[in-house]
Amino acid sequence: MKAEGVIGLEVHVQLLTKEKLFCTCPTDFGAGANTRVCPVCLGLPGSLPVLNPEAVTVALRAALALGCTVNNISRFDRKHYFYPDLPKGYQITQHQHPLAQGGRVDTPFGSVDLDRLHLEEDAGKLMHTGESTLIDFNRSGLPLVEIVTGPCLTSASQARAFLESLRQVLLYANISDCRMEEGSLRCDANISLRGGGRTEIKNLNSFKAVERSLEFEIARQSRMLAQGETVPVQTLRWDETQARTVPMRPKEMALDYRYLLEPDLLPLVIDAEIVDRAREDLPELPRPRAARFIKEYGLSPQNAAVLTLTREMADCFEQVVAAGAAPRPAANLLQGEVSRLINQGGKQSLPSPHSLAELLALQEQGSISVTAAKEVLAQMFASGQSADSILSRNSLSQLSDRHALENLAQAVIANNPNPVADYLGGKKQAFGYLMGLAMKESGGRANPGLLKEIMVQLLTKQPINK
Amino acid sequence: MIKFGLMSLRRMAELLQSGKLMARELTEHYLDRSESLQGKFNAYITITRDRALKTADQVDELRRQGRELSTLAGIPMALKDNISTQGVATTCASKVLAGYIPPFDATAVKKLADSPLLGKANMDEFAMGSSSLTSAFGPVGNPWDRKRSPGGSSGGSAAVVAAGCAPFSLGSDTGGSIRQPAAFCGVTGFKPSFGRVSRKGLLPLASSLDQIGPIARSVEDCALVLQAICGHDPGDSTSARLPVPDFAAALREDVSDLAIGLPEEILDNCPDSRISAAVEAAARELEGAGAKISRVSMPYERETLAAYMLIATAEGASNLARYDGVAYGCRHTSPSWEEMYTGSRVFGEEVRRRLMLGTFSLSAGSGCSSYELGQRARQKISSHLAKLFAEVDLLLLPAAPFVAFRLDEELDPLTMYYNDIYAIPANLAGLPAMSVPCGEKGGLPVGMQMMAPRFREDLLLRAGYTWQRRTDWHLRCPREVEQ
Ligand SMILES: [Zn+2]
Repeated sequence: MKAEGVIGLEVHVQLLTKEKLFCTCPTDFGAGANTRVCPVCLGLPGSLPVLNPEAVTVALRAALALGCTVNNISRFDRKHYFYPDLPKGYQITQHQHPLAQGGRVDTPFGSVDLDRLHLEEDAGKLMHTGESTLIDFNRSGLPLVEIVTGPCLTSASQARAFLESLRQVLLYANISDCRMEEGSLRCDANISLRGGGRTEIKNLNSFKAVERSLEFEIARQSRMLAQGETVPVQTLRWDETQARTVPMRPKEMALDYRYLLEPDLLPLVIDAEIVDRAREDLPELPRPRAARFIKEYGLSPQNAAVLTLTREMADCFEQVVAAGAAPRPAANLLQGEVSRLINQGGKQSLPSPHSLAELLALQEQGSISVTAAKEVLAQMFASGQSADSILSRNSLSQLSDRHALENLAQAVIANNPNPVADYLGGKKQAFGYLMGLAMKESGGRANPGLLKEIMVQLLTKQPINK
Repeated sequence: MIKFGLMSLRRMAELLQSGKLMARELTEHYLDRSESLQGKFNAYITITRDRALKTADQVDELRRQGRELSTLAGIPMALKDNISTQGVATTCASKVLAGYIPPFDATAVKKLADSPLLGKANMDEFAMGSSSLTSAFGPVGNPWDRKRSPGGSSGGSAAVVAAGCAPFSLGSDTGGSIRQPAAFCGVTGFKPSFGRVSRKGLLPLASSLDQIGPIARSVEDCALVLQAICGHDPGDSTSARLPVPDFAAALREDVSDLAIGLPEEILDNCPDSRISAAVEAAARELEGAGAKISRVSMPYERETLAAYMLIATAEGASNLARYDGVAYGCRHTSPSWEEMYTGSRVFGEEVRRRLMLGTFSLSAGSGCSSYELGQRARQKISSHLAKLFAEVDLLLLPAAPFVAFRLDEELDPLTMYYNDIYAIPANLAGLPAMSVPCGEKGGLPVGMQMMAPRFREDLLLRAGYTWQRRTDWHLRCPREVEQ
């Protein structure tokens, strides 16, 4: 029997803001070390935090997108601990009075309840260089929300699915870019099995690490329990190279964070009007949008789910339809060839919905083959030009000239005596091969119906070689 | 030659504006005096001659060009060494901050940009103390008797004014740190309401109690400095979004419609009857000026000190957590971080005592932290004061329970903390309060304190100015530094 865990996650999400949480330093990633710093985020004596209203707006959007209850008054607290990347000796967070409580994330396996969502500042980053350790404070003071789930996940795969669903919503509502490799989404996981102590795995920085470390912990803990051992309460980290969890410090020695109501900041008051305004700014979220796609455009649930995976894709679909395309071919194009090209090239921006609609129209009229349409689309991705201009430049429009196709077919038959003999000898699959060669010869432009007709005609006229 | 010793800031400003006096001349006078008396009183940590003269010359040049300048332009000042000055070491009188040079000026300093900076005044280490004995740069002598303490923590700021080394100075007051030294040194010290002056750039002791304020010869001088430094600062979220009143206008009003309360428990239990008698005499004088005097009850003496110590040490420990040896102090090189942290701290004894107290105060232990208990007591004391101010406009009480004590008097920590017993309620409730000279005992100044409702600095100025027009305590100078 596979053991069931009790898993809770704490997810740290960097908010998409121009400036840091308590100062006006820029938040861009990848700048030279310690070039995005000021007295406030360096924690210089006498500097004071000033709350960035943009961060509050984005955090509020997160709370609403996740269905949390926003607290009318929330407060900031100092959480004390000593670590070289923490310049003030405390982190400004929201402990007793968080920005929002409750909420949930809908996942493929059901809905996951959230405990709370609060604002806090990020710490700096240690860089170990051989013998010394250096500190980069660019990240110090970046605006984060911490999202805490209830202890309601039971497996590593659920944890991963939850994170994927959460990320989908956060991306949708433009709350965070959720780039785990850049640290803008990080996760701590709490895990225990029935009858065992709870361990916490800190700083998981990829979905894979979350899943694998939890799988490891569940196996490790159930093995210990099966052998009658007790699972000690511990804080762990995931060692990627050894593929195992390693203790950081025992939790009995848990730090006393000595929370102190931040005396340098006023309580954060969010009245109903601010909440209403934030709610109006909230885009339609993936789940309701998929439901609408099914109802409004007659898409299959699967189609609707795939098209609403990202906001860009869903927006594009609706714009293509608005530009005159029929919903189902539009859906097929986007989730087929367009998605393939996006994944292939890692290309972020889509061709304009108008030109996609144009492409679909050309295909519909039969003036372009499916194969040619793929070619046109690839060029649209590469050049950003419209379908029409690519067609006129590359003459990719469909070849329906009977005479030209006859010449082409004749040449293929003449140059491939063996497949022709196979076909005439009864091997029907040889016909597909010859068709393929002819289509390739035409640069994919041959009208397939007409070509097939001509090929059949010409082949039946062939003498049978014995 | 003009004698500046007792000259009012207003008079200096007039002379400067009329061109009869150059900022350079005035600044040089105070620099010379500061330097020559430094060996005697050790009132400064740093004297900034070059910076002072540069500012003075700029002001003279601008005046020569006929530019309109602020009232205090060209009048030099000293700053307590916990107020950030760009490019000038700001030490908090601690070894921990050795080598730290702030990259920015405190907002209050920016507002006084045209006042030449004479130097950074000595103080208790991290403003933790009431004696200026805990400075890592040695104790400050009281200009009235240099074998005695000038009080603290703004002891240097009070001493430089009393010794005629600076026309005015800024101090900071967390639990009497402007008012008690002002009383010990026979000068006027003003703690504004919490939120009146930006704390940006003030190295914090207890953020919810700290306030920057002026120390000067007279109430009138303090009013001028207050006018310059008060006002909302978007860089300090706790600074009040209120217009700054015209403080000079407040000086023109008398006390005939003011009700002044005398807290009877405090006057009855004051350990020094000469001090309580001086305060009662002052009350009669103000009554003669038209004020209505009544006795009020202000209990909670025990709770006051306890609440203050729990809150101030807790916030202090939090604010000092950044001096962890990573960026400040002499780095203890050791393979483990834990040893680096424990080995790098070079705080003095009193600071270490308060860090321990504060850390304990914040620890949750079982249930409620001592800090929270302190906050509850603070609430109780604040609401009692609010009730009192429904009956009276001002409270009049001693500034401190003692006169300046001897440097070699070994006061135990609790007796030392008791120095601020009368000053603390104003900090706990965020009220404005002022200390003015009102008598003497054995040749040492005695100070009285007035306290007003929040943001009613104007009432203090009215009463204080009325008092100083009818008395000359504020015009007396220590014989040792005859001016
Ligand atoms: Zn910054």
